[in-house]
Amino acid sequence: MVSKDKDKFFFQHYGLTEGDVERYLGAALSAGGDYADLYFEYLSSTSLMVDESMVKSASQGISAGCGVRVISGERTGYAYTDDLSPERILHAARTAALIASGPAKTPSVGFQEKPARSLYPVTLPSVDAEITAKVELVMRADKAARAYDPRIKEVRAGYADELRNILVIGSDGTWAEDIQPLARMNVSCIAKTDGNSARGTGGGGGRVALDFFFGDKSPEYFADEAARQAILQLDAREAPAGEMEVVLGPGWPGVLLHEAVGHGLEADFNRKQTSAFAGLIGKRVASEKCTVIDNGTMPWRRGSLNVDDEGNATQQTVLIENGILKGYLSDKLSARLMGMANTGNGRRESYEHIPMPRMTNTYMLAGQDDPQDILRSVKRGIYAVNFGGGQVDITNGKFVFSASEAYMIEDGQVTAPIKGATLIGNGPDVLTRVSMVGNDLKLDEGVGTCGKDGQSVPVGVGIPTIKIDRLTVGGTAKRDVGGFMQ
Amino acid sequence: MNLLMPETQVETRNAKLETDLKEIAQDIVRRAMAGGATAAECVVREGDEFSTVVRLGQVETLKESGSKAVGVRVFYGKHAASTYSSDFSPKGLDRLVKSALELAKITSEDPYAGIPEASQLGSIAGDLDLYHPDVYSLPGQERISYARRAEKAALDYDPRIKNSEGGSFDAATGHKVLANSHGFVGEYRRSYCSMAAVPIAQSDNGAMQRDFWFSVARNLSRLESPEHVGKTAAQRTLRRLGARKVKTAQVPIVFDPLVAASILEHIFEGVNGDSVYRGASFLAGKLGQKIAADNVNVIDDGTMPGGFGTSPFDGEGIPTRRTVVIENGVLKSYILNTYTAKKLGLQTTANASRGLAGTPGIGPGNYFLQPGTKTPQEIIAGIPNGLYVTEFLGHGVNLVTGDYSRGASGLWISGGELAYPVEEITVAGNLKDVFFNISEIGSDLEFRGAVASPTIRIDGLTVGGE
Repeated sequence: MVSKDKDKFFFQHYGLTEGDVERYLGAALSAGGDYADLYFEYLSSTSLMVDESMVKSASQGISAGCGVRVISGERTGYAYTDDLSPERILHAARTAALIASGPAKTPSVGFQEKPARSLYPVTLPSVDAEITAKVELVMRADKAARAYDPRIKEVRAGYADELRNILVIGSDGTWAEDIQPLARMNVSCIAKTDGNSARGTGGGGGRVALDFFFGDKSPEYFADEAARQAILQLDAREAPAGEMEVVLGPGWPGVLLHEAVGHGLEADFNRKQTSAFAGLIGKRVASEKCTVIDNGTMPWRRGSLNVDDEGNATQQTVLIENGILKGYLSDKLSARLMGMANTGNGRRESYEHIPMPRMTNTYMLAGQDDPQDILRSVKRGIYAVNFGGGQVDITNGKFVFSASEAYMIEDGQVTAPIKGATLIGNGPDVLTRVSMVGNDLKLDEGVGTCGKDGQSVPVGVGIPTIKIDRLTVGGTAKRDVGGFMQ
Repeated sequence: MNLLMPETQVETRNAKLETDLKEIAQDIVRRAMAGGATAAECVVREGDEFSTVVRLGQVETLKESGSKAVGVRVFYGKHAASTYSSDFSPKGLDRLVKSALELAKITSEDPYAGIPEASQLGSIAGDLDLYHPDVYSLPGQERISYARRAEKAALDYDPRIKNSEGGSFDAATGHKVLANSHGFVGEYRRSYCSMAAVPIAQSDNGAMQRDFWFSVARNLSRLESPEHVGKTAAQRTLRRLGARKVKTAQVPIVFDPLVAASILEHIFEGVNGDSVYRGASFLAGKLGQKIAADNVNVIDDGTMPGGFGTSPFDGEGIPTRRTVVIENGVLKSYILNTYTAKKLGLQTTANASRGLAGTPGIGPGNYFLQPGTKTPQEIIAGIPNGLYVTEFLGHGVNLVTGDYSRGASGLWISGGELAYPVEEITVAGNLKDVFFNISEIGSDLEFRGAVASPTIRIDGLTVGGE
């Protein structure tokens, strides 16, 4: 039993008792089923936005609730309540129980609390910090972006933080509690000249306290980045169209891995054989220079978690090792049905959602190549260093990601900036065309949010500089103008 | 800020289920005014949802729940702030209001901040045909059988349909109340149900393709039959098998209604007052100017009975209306809420969209491109060599510059007919030109959401491939 937990959040604030928990799980398994769990969540959040140098909006909110899940074979029953009174939780448990049809089961007695881990040990969560300090951050970002260049005419700077208290209790004895901070800043700028305008964005954060933004990753750092991109884009020329050599810069371009391989390796799609990667474990899916990892255990990172949303410890999982596909990202359901290890990737957006396998921080390990040598090796191609988002169709493997800052490479030299263009490829073979991997692995600044089946969760990505020998670039320039004859 | 922290629960919160939402909203507005606010606005939302997915004939998930939440926006003169919560206990509501009042002290004075004038507020009269409790009238087993039948129709259609992400049935109802310190209080209920099938086809070489079809309605009787949904999904999936890449080229492109609607959304985003007053749109400053071809007429109408974008009043309590956005290619109106209208010296178009938190945004009513006269087949028949796009991938759109580049798949048009499937291509151009190059508009306008378009043909875009 876990008596020491009784002074913890949901016991303290909602009068929850261990007897309650046993009753709820009993009700959830009242029609049989293999497994049931309760997910208690209390989320408080703050957001601020400055526009036209005014703090135009400030918002705070609380969302709290409990989700009850019952698994019976491959079937999942789910119900939730935003009212944490015993009768409403019992009602949710009995509703979720309807997925099963059999004699009642008794949940395991004696919960096993997960050993405590502390990947984000903030002393003062940012939601509890002085609001005036947060106002200072957005005002400083506004000022810095405007000071960067007189052509910066519009600036929006936002700050958002949250603190999520969760308690996951499973009929298999799972008992996990976590307090998850998350904070981020975003700056967007518009640069204008006569008849021309362009935008730039910057931002970052993580599972950090407010002091994070008073260090290197200051409002000025993010504002300068946004302003720099906007000014640069004023002179961007048309992007080329067609297949060509593509060099990705380090950091956020790791969104390539997230779209091209990450989603396709989530176990639910592979259990159902709906992924283009189904059945490819042990096969070559990348050049031998590529090793791709998903790692939920990196301190302070946006995609990290002490425990996933099913109460399992997160871990470092090798997805691709020297080009060979090694494994999938799993949750409780897929691990049990596929007879594989649970990698601690069961995540959900909130108590209103059913957990499923999701990425955490996904990146490629550094290689041996000097980034300058990589650029010098390209006769004609593009060098993409910043991206907006991406998307993938996991069944046919096609993925896209859209460059927001990119340059031409001509005879080994980085030349003119080009307009944003979408890059499109095929997940199971794009990494086989990676011919060089830089020694400069970098992780993103901490702004990524991944959507799947209508659920959004924070994630991280990272990549060293890499060269892809052939990828389709979706620009507009006529080929005879750009010199991109095949 | 611990103001919103719940105390140990003492009172049972069951009582809230019977409390009138209008009273709660008005009470919160009164409390905010009593606390010193100069204006206040409160929204209360309550909803129920049901969803089920059947995969390969077996129930995969079954979800059923309800929720309720409240948001308040307060003003101290020209300073605004907002809070939200799902805690309806008296103490919870008290904290909600006090926190908002506290927070408003730190925001800037914004001369344009405020709720609408009292004279602007109201609701459009009459039955808008938005709420049909029959979406919940089916017994649980019947709902599951809708999902099962849709999937089965897809699986049975052709032996190449070998797998499935399932058939689904969803139902939901929502109840929304808005009250403000000018004495406005309004409410409406809306219902919704939908059914979908997502089959997977496999060709002899093992390559898989997935597509979908769906039906959505405000009442059960208007849903298409599960068999029709499943069969259409199967046909859409099968025609993608064997897709190939194409050479980079500039050819006429026909967009099917679902993808055409997504292009139409770029006009909406471009004339959205929030982008316009900041000069963050390629359409800013173009009011009264030609921005599209002569045949382009775009309407936003929040009053259409039964529409997916219909409501009696917008997110600020202003009666919804019909707005002509583009007439014969000329931009006639931006899409505005109170704040952006004031910034631009114009009148709101009653397009305020209000979530629980923050300042009101801007959202569509029923927003659509007026249909033309040709069938999609007739449009395709006029193209010797071109592309028919049925799916976009990604979001490569820069509204500031109008630069446009998206992943796409569909079918190649050869000799006026759909010849073979294509994929792993991009479609790129600039939106400033794209709308002038809408050369044909189909007759097939059908609402499957708040934004709808018939089939359209656009010339001059670059198809990126090999």
